[in-house]
This record gives sequence, structure tokens and C-alpha cells, in this order.
Amino acid sequence: MKRFLGVLFGISILFLVIFFIDKRFNSYYREIFSIIGINIILVTSLNISNGFTGLFSLGHAGFMAVGAYTSALLDLPLDKKAMLLPNLPYWLGHISLPFLLSVIMAGFMAAFFAVLVGYPVLRLKGHYLSVATLGFMVIVRVVINNTPNLTRGAIGINNIPNYTNIWWVYFWVVITVYALWRIINSSYGRAFLAIREDHIAASLSGVNLTKYKILSFAIGAFFAGVAGALWAHQITAITPRAFSFVTTFNIVVMLVIGGMGSISGSIVSAFLLTLLPELMRPLEEGMVLFGYQLPQLYGLTQLIMATLLILVMIFRPKGLMGDRELSLKGILGQKSS
Amino acid sequence: MLRLENVEVYYGVIRALKGITLKVEKGEIVSLIGANGAGKTTTLRTISGLLTPKSGKIYYNDQDITYVPPYKRVGMGIAHSPEGREIFTTLTVYENLVLGSYLRNDREGIEKDINWIFSLFPRLKERLSKPAGTLSGGEQQMLAIGRALMAKPQLLMLDEPSLGLAPILVEELFEVIEDINKQGTTILLVEQNANMALSISQRAYVLETGSVKMEGDAKELQENEDVKKAYLGA
Amino acid sequence: MFSLPYVLQQFINAIILGSIYALVAIGLSMVYGILRLINFAHGDILMIGAYTGLFLLTLYKAPFAIVLIVPMLVGGLIGVIVERVAYRPLRKAPEVALLITSLAVSMFIENLAIMVLSPRPRRFRIPSFLSKSHFYGAINFRNIDILIVILTVVLVVVLTLFVKKTKIGIAMRATAESINTSYLMGINVNNIIMLTFAIGSLLAGVAGMMFASKYGRIEPFMGFLPGLKAFVASVIGGIGSLPGAVMGGYLLGFAEIFFVGFLPPQLSGYRDGFVFLLLIIVLLIRPSGIFGQAEKREV
Ligand SMILES: Nc1ncnc2c1ncn2[C@@H]1O[C@H](COP(=O)(O)OP(=O)(O)OP(=O)(O)O)[C@@H](O)[C@H]1O
Ligand SMILES: [Mg+2]
Repeated sequence: MKRFLGVLFGISILFLVIFFIDKRFNSYYREIFSIIGINIILVTSLNISNGFTGLFSLGHAGFMAVGAYTSALLDLPLDKKAMLLPNLPYWLGHISLPFLLSVIMAGFMAAFFAVLVGYPVLRLKGHYLSVATLGFMVIVRVVINNTPNLTRGAIGINNIPNYTNIWWVYFWVVITVYALWRIINSSYGRAFLAIREDHIAASLSGVNLTKYKILSFAIGAFFAGVAGALWAHQITAITPRAFSFVTTFNIVVMLVIGGMGSISGSIVSAFLLTLLPELMRPLEEGMVLFGYQLPQLYGLTQLIMATLLILVMIFRPKGLMGDRELSLKGILGQKSS
Repeated sequence: MLRLENVEVYYGVIRALKGITLKVEKGEIVSLIGANGAGKTTTLRTISGLLTPKSGKIYYNDQDITYVPPYKRVGMGIAHSPEGREIFTTLTVYENLVLGSYLRNDREGIEKDINWIFSLFPRLKERLSKPAGTLSGGEQQMLAIGRALMAKPQLLMLDEPSLGLAPILVEELFEVIEDINKQGTTILLVEQNANMALSISQRAYVLETGSVKMEGDAKELQENEDVKKAYLGA
Repeated sequence: MFSLPYVLQQFINAIILGSIYALVAIGLSMVYGILRLINFAHGDILMIGAYTGLFLLTLYKAPFAIVLIVPMLVGGLIGVIVERVAYRPLRKAPEVALLITSLAVSMFIENLAIMVLSPRPRRFRIPSFLSKSHFYGAINFRNIDILIVILTVVLVVVLTLFVKKTKIGIAMRATAESINTSYLMGINVNNIIMLTFAIGSLLAGVAGMMFASKYGRIEPFMGFLPGLKAFVASVIGGIGSLPGAVMGGYLLGFAEIFFVGFLPPQLSGYRDGFVFLLLIIVLLIRPSGIFGQAEKREV
């Protein structure tokens, strides 16, 4: 009961904050808050496989791409669809789902791919798994590039309706965080942890490794697909190049700096590291400082992210939070349990 | 020659050595005996530098070597034939021996010593250019000892050298150890075969759960009733 | 179906591509052999080598011998610096920490290049005597192609002799088998690891020059895919093994050329995807590769 009230309290605060942002901020800031939310979904969902289950996947951008394209294909208005993608199969060319439904379908499509890919790939361990999932990401990109009838290839799909707003985003943030929270505190979550801590012991104790690995991978992919869909309807134009290694890298940075195995760490770090590029943007584009025109410094943000990550790995390898969680008690200075 | 003072070593949070004090004088054979898990291997690994003590000091020829990296200790004359052989299975027998002499530069001396090793362990000679991983357990043991000897150490540490050898070879091995010792190499010996170890040693230490339980003259320890009961199977 | 000259031409293309993959794969494989690290930054050394070559050629009009040697040295130097600064502090850290760090190093180098050199692709023009073509009927190749193949063979032979015959080479192989036991031999393991990075990066640097000469175009991200493909190559050959990396490089070169040259042309766009499909298949059916021993540590 107490916990329920706590959750309710948290959600009402979030509601008020979003209401405030929605009313008081201009569209530029509202977009930043949307992106923060989308990154929270991406990072927390990557945490399930990489942090809690110990399967260090580098394919998250691939699942994002699957979600983005799926949702765009499902909910583009029919007239736009006929214009942009005249060669779609009949049934696909003649449906236009409501946004909520297309986002959910995006999640399921990504999860479906996760199962498909996970079945062979998750048998690999350690680095091999990482490279194979990265390979999956490359394959997704190659396929998108080579199926112009479905995806318009390298040109990408533009004119996607701007359905995403901070209400939608934080609706999904709450669902993601709540779902992940419930999962990791269930018997499934304990199985995931068992896999991370010790393979051999986990398989001896009767945990069906493959099943749980795929499950963990698919759950993460589902929310990555959702995030991809939200992102597509925020930016309104997607190309295969948008889902690159850099995208995966940025999510990994947020995850590692927040602390693999900490949901609240992921949230805090997604928040801070999404703001970083926004703060750096004037510098990257070459700002005028005391009357001097500074040179353009494209790449500076990524450079800082990379440096940050190296420093964290050397000096604080468990990230901000390690695998602990923020709690009110902890903040108030008591020992959290 | 070698002195450990109150050396404490941890594996993570496990305190494996709880303040060991011991010394080895030049020219001696000293044995470390004790039950499984007593800390014998840990002691040797600490002396060779693979483990660093949390506290305490290690002196070698009156020089503090507590924080000297392991490869430099080899250069100072400490050789360690580790437990479980740890030969390089993908390298040939010959290459293993060459690595034993890694820090030496006297070509002729090295060739001479390789021949000496072959005279001690003729079986190795027949398998000179075979990958060491294809040797039998006993042969691998010989190779491990030979490899340590190739360093021409002043102090040779052997961790269970008789493990896996046929009884007749064990006797031979102990003769070889005595021989090497007579030629001037100081020896620190860890053995399950405590009786035999004690019989060639001048002094010995009995370790128990990370501490020195007893120490003294090897012959006296061999006669000691407690030691007999606990370690000599009498 | 395919004419003989066409087949021969594809064969030549495969040898050239395979040579480049082989050179890049050697470094990756050797580093993996010792540290169990997939060095994602390895491909970026290739990019650095290419840019170094470009500047020597255009700014300094340096003779081509220098244009070959200096990128090697610069590559080797950067490799050593990366090892010293980013990887050495993590010697005792878990594998995944090394992996993450190498991703970060890769990003760092690429974005530094974007900042300093601009993201814009540049043309890479080799001196005319190297771009001179030889025609034999329908087959043609350039002097640079011959140079690439000969240089690869020479470098591989020299390196193989070094690793097989010299004491330091033996120490490198020993370190790959067991770091602790190598310490007991008196081997300065850190120096051996540094040397391994130096040699691997040296080869990546020269491979970068070759890559740029062959394709005539360079950009800051150019190393990413060749780096990953070289990893695939070393897995195919058996990671950690020098002959394996070389064989893997050539096999991958042939597989890729076969894919684009002999399968229906609609498929050729899937080239990069195919390489990873190959990786996954190899990992599943023979994870130790062709030359690899089953790994003692978990794969
Ligand atoms: N790598 C390790 N990690 C954690 N604990 C270890 C490790 N190696 C040894 N220990 C512990 O340290 C203690 C001492 O071990 P050590 O190997 O030194 O014993 P030992 O006297 O050589 O035994 P044995 O006769 O069986 O070889 C034991 O309790 C052992 O469990
Ligand atoms: Mg022992």
C-alpha cells in the first residue's frame, strides 16, 4: 500500500513537471525533453540485457531502426504513403494505424527480430556476442538500404507525422521503467542476474539459459523499438544512416556512466548526457566569443563523451551508481537497502 | 638471503596469509609443509611477486623487494617452478627451456645448461621439438623443473615438484634437487611428500591456515609427534 | 557462364582485398591473443595511416618509400600510446571494461579526426608510376596492386620469422598463453604487450595506405568497417593465431569478391551484411576457426 502511494506520488509529480514544461517551454526545449525521455527508454532497456543479464549487446540501434521503420510504415497517412512508397504490398499500402498501436507494433517487431537473431547469437559469449550483435546492426542497415520499395533505401522516409510529444514520451517512459522494475524484481530478474554472475552455476541450477537470455534480449529490444518509433515521429525523417554505430555508442556511454545494473543510474545519466550535446552545440557550430569567431568543432561532443567514458572505465568502472538504486532514504543520508 | 616479515596476503577479501615470518639462508634447502589450503603456494607466489602483500616486507639479499615487479625478481636470481607445472603448452620443449633462460645472454652457457637438463631428464631430449602440451604429466613436470633451472637461479622455489611422478622418478628427482643444492643453489621446497622433503632439508616451516605453526631443524620436525601425526601419516 | 579473364580478374581483386584484410587482422588477432581484447580502435589506426600518407604525398611531395614507411611508424606510435593510456590501467579489469574502453578509444580517434581534419572525404591520389595499369586482354591491374601484394607477403614472412625464431617472438607467444607464467620467466609482460600493439598498429598503418591507394578516397570513419571485417577474418582463421589471421584475411577477401562478382548483382548491395552473416555462421559451427585451438578461457 505504502509503495503504491509512493508510485502514485512519483507519477503525479512527473505529471505536474510535464504539464509545466508543456505549457511554459518553447518547442525547442520540449523537443529536448522528448529526446531525454526517449534516451531514458533506450538506456534502461539496454540495461536489461547488458547490465542485468551480462549480455553485452551492441545492436540496440538496429532494434531502434526496426521500430522506427515499422511504425512509420504502419501509421503514415494513406495519401503520403501512396506518394512516398508507391510499391508497397497492397495491404501495407492501405492501412494507417493509430499512433499508439503502431508504436506497440514497432516494439513487437523489434522483439520478434531479437528472438530471431538472439536464437543463434546469444549462444555466443563475451566479445563474440558483442561483435555479432554489432553485425546485426550492420545487417539491418544494409537491408534497409537495399529494399527501396519498403524503406526508400538510403534516401529514407521523410514527412513522418509529428505525433510524438512529451506526453507520449513520458507515458512510455513510465511504462518502460515500471515494466523493467517489475521484471528485475521477479523470478525472471533473479534468473537474469544468475546468468550474469555465473553461467555454469546458473545452468546447473536449472535455469534454462537460452530461454532467459532470449527473453532478456527481446524485452530490451521491444522498448528499443518503441523508442525508435517515438524518435521517428519526433524527428519526422529517418534514414538508415541515423541508426549507426554512433547511436549505439551513445546509448552504451549513458548506460556505462550511469552504472550497468542500475535503473536510476540509467535515468540520471540519460538526462545529463542528452543535455551535454545541447550545451556543446554552440561550440560545435563555431560560436562568437568576446568578438572572436571560434572555428567549427564538429565532433567535439562525441569526443567529450568518449573521453568521459575512458575516464569512467579507468577511475570509476562501476559508473555513477554501480548496481545500486537511488532511493529517497539514500538521498536523505540513510543507508539504503 | 631471503626474509619475510609479517607478510599478509589477500585474495579479494580472503586473508590467505596471516602474517608469515620466515627466512632462508644461503646454501640451505628449506621446506614448507602443511595441509591443503595452508598457504604454501600463496607464499611462493608472493615471494616471486605474482601476489603483492597487503602488509609486511620481503627482503632478498638485504634489499627490500616487496614491491619489485616479478620479472625483475627473476633477474635478481629468484626462480619459481609453479604448482601445476604451468608449462607453455603451445611452445616446443626447446622453446620452454629457452624462456627459462630469458634474461641470460651467455649463449654458450645456455646451450651447456640445456644439455645438462637433458642429462638430468633424458626423456626431454627425445621430445625437443614437440609442443610441450603433448608431453605426459610426468614429462611436463620435468620440463617445468628444467625450465626453472635454466634461469641459473640463486634461489630456486619448487612447488610440489614430485606431483604426478612415478615413485622411482621421485627418488631421482630428490637426488637431483640435492645435487643442484650442492652446486650452490639455495632451495625453497613445497611438498605434499613431507617425509621426503624433510629428509633432504636442513630446516622447515609448518604452515597452518595462513600462519607459521612450527619451525625448526628438519630432522627434529621429522621426529616431532605432532608433525608425524598430522603430516607424515604415521 | 563467366569467362576465364573475368574469373582471373576477380581472383586478382580477391588477392588484393585479402592482403589488406590480412594485414589488419594480424594486429587484431595478436592483441586478442594476449589481452582477450577486441580492439575496436584498430581500424582507426588504418585511417590514421591513410591520412598520414595523404599529407606526405600532397603537402610534402615525399618520395613514395617514405610515404609507405612513415604511416607505419605513426600507426605504431599511436597504437603504443593508446595501449599505454587507455588499456594498461585496465590490466586487471573484467573483459567487458576493455571492450567498452576500446569502443571509446575508437570514437575518440574518429571524432578527433573529424574535428581536426573535417568529416569531408578526400581524394587520395597516388603517384602516376604506381597507378600505371597493365592490360592482358580483359585483365588489368595497376602497379600499386602488385606492390600491395608483394609488401603483404614480405611483411608476413618477416613477422612470422620474428615470432617463430627470436627470443622475443617466443616470449610473445608465451605471454599469449599465460601472463603470470611469463612473469616467472623474467619476461617484462608490459613491454611485450606494448610491442604487440606496436607491430599490429604498424601493419594497420600500412594497410591504411594500401586501402587508400586502392579506393582513392579517405574519410574519418573509413577504418570502422575494415576493422570489423578484419575481426571477422581473424575469427575465421582462428583468433590469436598469426597464420590464421593471414589465411582468414585472404579467405574473407575471396568470399567477399565471390559474393559481389559471381552471385546475382542484386545481392551485391548486401556485401557488408554478408560478412557478418559469415561471422555468425563461423562462430556457431567452428568458433575456434581454422587454425585456432579451442580457447581455454570462455569464448
Ligand atoms: N586464486 C584464489 N582466489 C581466492 N582464494 C584463493 C586463491 N588461491 C588460493 N586461495 C585460497 O587461499 C588459501 C591458501 O591457498 P594455497 O594455494 O596457498 O594453499 P596450499 O597450501 O598451496 O594448498 P595445496 O597443498 O592444496 O596446494 C586457501 O584457503 C585457498 O582457498
Ligand atoms: Mg599449493
